[in-house]
Amino acid sequence: MKQKIEIVQRIMNANDNVAENVDKKLRNNGIYAINIMASPGAGKTSFILATIRALPQHIRLGVIEGDTAPVTIDSDKVRDQGIPVVQINTGGECHLDAPMIDKALNHLPIDNLDLVIVENVGNLICPAAFKLGTRANVLIASIPEGDDKPYKYPNIYRGLDVLIINKIDLLPYLDFRMDYFRKGVEMLNPGLTTFEVSCKSNQGLDKWVDWLLKQLQQSKLA
Amino acid sequence: MHELSITQNILEIATKQAELAGATKVTNVYLVIGQLSSIIDDSVQFYWDIISKDSIAENSKLHFHRVEAEIECLECDHHYKLENELIPCPECGSINIKFITGDEFYMESIEIIN
Repeated sequence: MKQKIEIVQRIMNANDNVAENVDKKLRNNGIYAINIMASPGAGKTSFILATIRALPQHIRLGVIEGDTAPVTIDSDKVRDQGIPVVQINTGGECHLDAPMIDKALNHLPIDNLDLVIVENVGNLICPAAFKLGTRANVLIASIPEGDDKPYKYPNIYRGLDVLIINKIDLLPYLDFRMDYFRKGVEMLNPGLTTFEVSCKSNQGLDKWVDWLLKQLQQSKLA
Repeated sequence: MHELSITQNILEIATKQAELAGATKVTNVYLVIGQLSSIIDDSVQFYWDIISKDSIAENSKLHFHRVEAEIECLECDHHYKLENELIPCPECGSINIKFITGDEFYMESIEIIN
């Protein structure tokens, strides 16, 4: 006999349920975690390294590096700073997902960390669809990418908690209309916390680090 | 491109629900996909034909109900569709806008044979 069954089940539930577990695991260990997304070349790794350098010594930090290919260029740079790091090779997948983070946490000393920074795969589309269980979604947009990205890739801007505008030292050399860019962001995510930085000159990084430290402090109190 | 893992999720949900209903076969699977979820139908169908083999859903057909991303202007209440690029409200020029559809991504129903 033929029969139709109503289901109405979100396809992303499988990932989102694991993301909830990751969130619980992190909270139980007093860890604040951020998910750093960007297109390739926006400066994710440089930004993470600059953040590591700018954070006070007492902040205990771990890093999860996502890449689509079996390369350890990024994780080597972090390890050189004496930071525990896990490299995830997604084997061609375009994003990190919650089960990958769940596994990666097994390789970090999570009972001895305050902050975990996740570097997602360089991509402006797919990472937006996969929750990881981190507390803040951070996007790094960089000046050379052009000022039209919020208009072309609207979805990634909608789920953000923080926007970093990187490479602002290049503003004098490129036709990047900051007003136009920020108007697009405002349409998608009104009042979004935004920091304009340069990892080359360290401009603006202090404000970002102050913000991050405030979140860490608040998450310890909660 | 993450259609393979997505298609695996779809198969898992469909087979589980079919088994709960005591089905011997899944014939049709109805999906609702919003424009903003950036999933490519053809690609999902391609993987589906491969991974549903030897399962209760072998030879079943996927149906995609696409939902356009619709935007509401919070100033003048005008509704408009997201075309290629995001634009301010075409009526009043406001950037005070909200997406009201386009995020959908779920399985609506399946057809089975008991």
